[in-house]
Amino acid sequence: MTKNLRVKTSKFIDETYKISFKFNGTTYYGYKGDTLASALLANDIHLVGRSFKYHRPRGIMTAGSEEPNAIIQLHSNSSRTEPNVRATEIEIYEGLEASSQNCWPSVNFDLGGVNNFLSPLLPAGFYYKTFMWPASFWEKYEYFIRKSAGLGKSPTEPDPDIYEHRYIHCDVLVVGAGISGIMAAKTAAKNGFKTLLVDEKSYLGGSTIYQDSEQFKINNQILNSWLEKEINEIKKFENLEVKTRTSVAAFHGYNFLLARENLTDHLSIDQRTNKTRQRLLKIRAKKVITATGALERPLIFDNNDRPGILLSSAIEKYANLFGVACGEKNVLFTNNDSAYETAISLYQKGINIEAIIDNREEIDSKLIKEAEKNNIKIYKGFTVVNTFGYKRINKISIMQLSKDGQKVVGSKISIACDCLGISGGWTPAVHLFTQSGGKLKFRDEDQVFIPNIYPSDQISIGSCNGDFTLDEIISSVPNKLKEFLNVKKTDYENLEIYSAFNKSKRNIWLLPSDKVIGKTKSFVDYQNDATAKDIKLALREGFRSIEHVKRYTTTGMGTDQGKLGNMHALGIISETAGSKMGELGTTTFRPPYTPLTFGTIVGRNVGEYFDIFRKTPIHDWHVKNKAEFENVGQWKRAWYYPKDGENMHEAVQRESKAARDSAGILDASTLGKIDIQGTDASEFLNRVYTNSWSKLAIGKCRYGLMLNEDGMVYDDGVTTRLGENHYIMTTTTGGAANVLGKLEDYLQTEWPELDVYLTSVTDHYATVSVCGPNSKKIVSQVIPELDFSDESFPHMSFKNAKIDKIKCRVMRISFTGEHSYEINVQANYGKSVWEKCMEAGKEFNITPYGTETMHLLRAEKGFIIVGQDTDATMTPIDLQMDWIVSKKKYDFIGKRSLYRSDTIRDDRKQLVGLLTENPEEVLEEGAQIIADIKKSPVEMLGHVTSSYYSPNLKKSIALGVVKGGKNMMGQKLIIPMENKQINVTVADPVFLDKENKRLNA
Amino acid sequence: MFVINCPYCGEREQSEFKAGGEAHIVRPKQPTELSDDQWAEYLFMRKNIKGIQFERWVHTHGCRKWFNVIRDTSNDVIKAVYKMGEKPPTK
Repeated sequence: MTKNLRVKTSKFIDETYKISFKFNGTTYYGYKGDTLASALLANDIHLVGRSFKYHRPRGIMTAGSEEPNAIIQLHSNSSRTEPNVRATEIEIYEGLEASSQNCWPSVNFDLGGVNNFLSPLLPAGFYYKTFMWPASFWEKYEYFIRKSAGLGKSPTEPDPDIYEHRYIHCDVLVVGAGISGIMAAKTAAKNGFKTLLVDEKSYLGGSTIYQDSEQFKINNQILNSWLEKEINEIKKFENLEVKTRTSVAAFHGYNFLLARENLTDHLSIDQRTNKTRQRLLKIRAKKVITATGALERPLIFDNNDRPGILLSSAIEKYANLFGVACGEKNVLFTNNDSAYETAISLYQKGINIEAIIDNREEIDSKLIKEAEKNNIKIYKGFTVVNTFGYKRINKISIMQLSKDGQKVVGSKISIACDCLGISGGWTPAVHLFTQSGGKLKFRDEDQVFIPNIYPSDQISIGSCNGDFTLDEIISSVPNKLKEFLNVKKTDYENLEIYSAFNKSKRNIWLLPSDKVIGKTKSFVDYQNDATAKDIKLALREGFRSIEHVKRYTTTGMGTDQGKLGNMHALGIISETAGSKMGELGTTTFRPPYTPLTFGTIVGRNVGEYFDIFRKTPIHDWHVKNKAEFENVGQWKRAWYYPKDGENMHEAVQRESKAARDSAGILDASTLGKIDIQGTDASEFLNRVYTNSWSKLAIGKCRYGLMLNEDGMVYDDGVTTRLGENHYIMTTTTGGAANVLGKLEDYLQTEWPELDVYLTSVTDHYATVSVCGPNSKKIVSQVIPELDFSDESFPHMSFKNAKIDKIKCRVMRISFTGEHSYEINVQANYGKSVWEKCMEAGKEFNITPYGTETMHLLRAEKGFIIVGQDTDATMTPIDLQMDWIVSKKKYDFIGKRSLYRSDTIRDDRKQLVGLLTENPEEVLEEGAQIIADIKKSPVEMLGHVTSSYYSPNLKKSIALGVVKGGKNMMGQKLIIPMENKQINVTVADPVFLDKENKRLNA
Repeated sequence: MFVINCPYCGEREQSEFKAGGEAHIVRPKQPTELSDDQWAEYLFMRKNIKGIQFERWVHTHGCRKWFNVIRDTSNDVIKAVYKMGEKPPTK
């Protein structure tokens, strides 16, 4: 039977609401309002985990988000299991299941515990030093290191919970709802600011809300009752939103903050159905008030990590808030007055205190007198030198400190105990402030870093600003608020304060021991098992920068980001290296402040919403007809349509043959379409394309090539003149948005005098392309009113038409080299036009083809695809497309670059055709091209850009770029492959119908 | 992520905008008359200042308008925003 250490009723705990939960397989009970940590402590369980490196038994150390030890695996099922959950934060619910991490077979008997005895062999940088040689063995080492490292298990099934994102804009954001935060929120709300108050806890009021001692009073009221009234008042403001269980994860520039709001983690599993689990709040605040409080510092001495050793403030919180005693024989060890607060709290609740060990020799405050009055034994000027007890502390030994605090003197005294509270003073929680770009300054008198330079409209108030005591808070916060919010008064002036606290402190970063440092285990970073000895070793080995020492020793690199021990690491470094704390700087506090779940980060952007795709109006038809799809930009394009178990090659061969022999049909709706209007439209096209547009007649189409200013091919497509001042430009599918952006850029910034308007109409039109010798017969059936004679409707021309009553534009243009028509119709009629073409084409075996066949057909004709046959290094001259570059035009984008010394080199890579010696052998796209395999090093001449087996030519064809390729016609080259060489001949890139007879067939 | 005051739309999140590099580089009116070096100066040479920088931005997911921004690259503070064709504020 475990003991029951619940000692008093607390209004934060609902003792009528009993909750059962499982920890490491055993069922325990707690009450509504308990955290997992408080419920375990009430059951006298301290041992909850094993440390990372040495597998030392570890217990609950804190009562908040700074917890380094009590991190557990939550849930046992494979979809919801979650590692590294802080037992001090998770509220218990009916059915909670948790287990210890980093131990095997169990937390009570952990085989890895042997590492503790091997620890002299596991110094800082052990892994770096040991597993470096021989390098080839790394793969073998890695397997075992990975297995033994890492804390917790990841889920293996998809997360079934719902997460979402929400944007919040507010005038004032207050982070932290302790006494300072409440004062700030009330002042802001009362003065009409739209205010948001967030706190990571489930309750408001921070540590003040359970401060029930007579030693602290405002206007003669005990602190918690004074604050409760304030909290009740702020709830009345309609312009104040309060969010509890909400942890600010990151504070970015321009007062942009990310916070995680926990909505269901405290509910029983069956109450969570269909509810959002967590919400990521994206907060943009005009003003930010940071009131994040302070974290109590531990003390660094030999074996300071045993289960049963907690922060003194945590012991106070467990007693006051949860009504739980952390032990029956409690000892406190301190260098300041805080532990006396704890002592008096415990005494009032009837919890036994064996002794207080105080570093300070001469101390005098009302608090201490109060403790002495209650007959608590105080050892002044003493320090703990060692602790005992493997799975739970059972004894400490203490010795007297020398005057300078550098060593211990006298003889050892042993004190039996089952709980040791330690207090090393307080560290302002400046994490968010520094994340925002704030600069800290070091305050020598009490050895703390406090905010100094604010990068945005924000302030830090209360203990996160170094104002720790009640009098300091009440005297500083109202004035700061008045100035920051520009308001005349607050409700907090002329308050009468009573505080028994005295600020004196004796700061010793590493407490002396009777042992030499090499024999001690004084933990600085509990989670990563970094000791004072490790830090000293790093300094001996030459590390000086705090950032280097951090990485070498892994201090501060756990899931807790060293919230407890970072200051001590700095302190030990500065003492050892003889430098000043303020000059050493701090390591960077990176977001998130506490870990976020992946679910929160992605929100609703999962599954099909993870990367949304665009569908053409004809998409459903392709799906129904079993098309395979290809991603092109954000588009899903039909890739090929396999029939009767065909593979891709077979389908593409069939589709290509059909398109040339009779008729093929392609969904070309994805091509970018830009509507260009204005009196200067022709001049504009002259400037953006390499060829001339002035003389293009209305109703005619022209192919254009667009360059970057550096002369490299950027995009291509056919543009049609619809009217005197009206054009429709098509762009590549992937380039549509960028082309529009680029054209807008030139129009707005370089040529604002041009009267031209650009409108993207890509999504407004569906485009059905019918090609092949029978295309005319098919399209003329679909649009019988139109004269399709070559005289009236020649290649590269356009006509307005109607299909039934629906207006459409028909262009006779071709990307396949076949006689072909493109019908553009308002998008929602696309599918119906497609189906009409299919119906009309039935007798001609009209064959739908996808992008793969399109690529093959155009390759037969040597037509380039921008982005496949070109990269950002190909000029039109390199592509052997000199014919499209106007010699007459004075200027166009990229013209000047076409005769830079670099672009006129003869040995640039140029586009050529490639034919394989064996016509059945198809080259691999991307394969390298060389001339001489014996040359060393082998000279790479270029690479294959497009390659197919052409069913129409019955041979393999390829395009490639080759250095000086233009002048290599007929020359033999080699494609070296992994296990063979393929011989190729340089050929004309136009493989089929060079005379363009088929366009008019 | 900073907030940009679009001169046409007002304050919007940075994610609605796209940066367009250094401002006030005018495309030469007669490129053909420039030497390779002069053309390269226009084409490639850009400043990358730690501190006050004049930049072009476009409100891509908004009005699609280009404009100029004066930004301190060391802390992302935007000192001024002004339209294309306007002179930078002197202060």
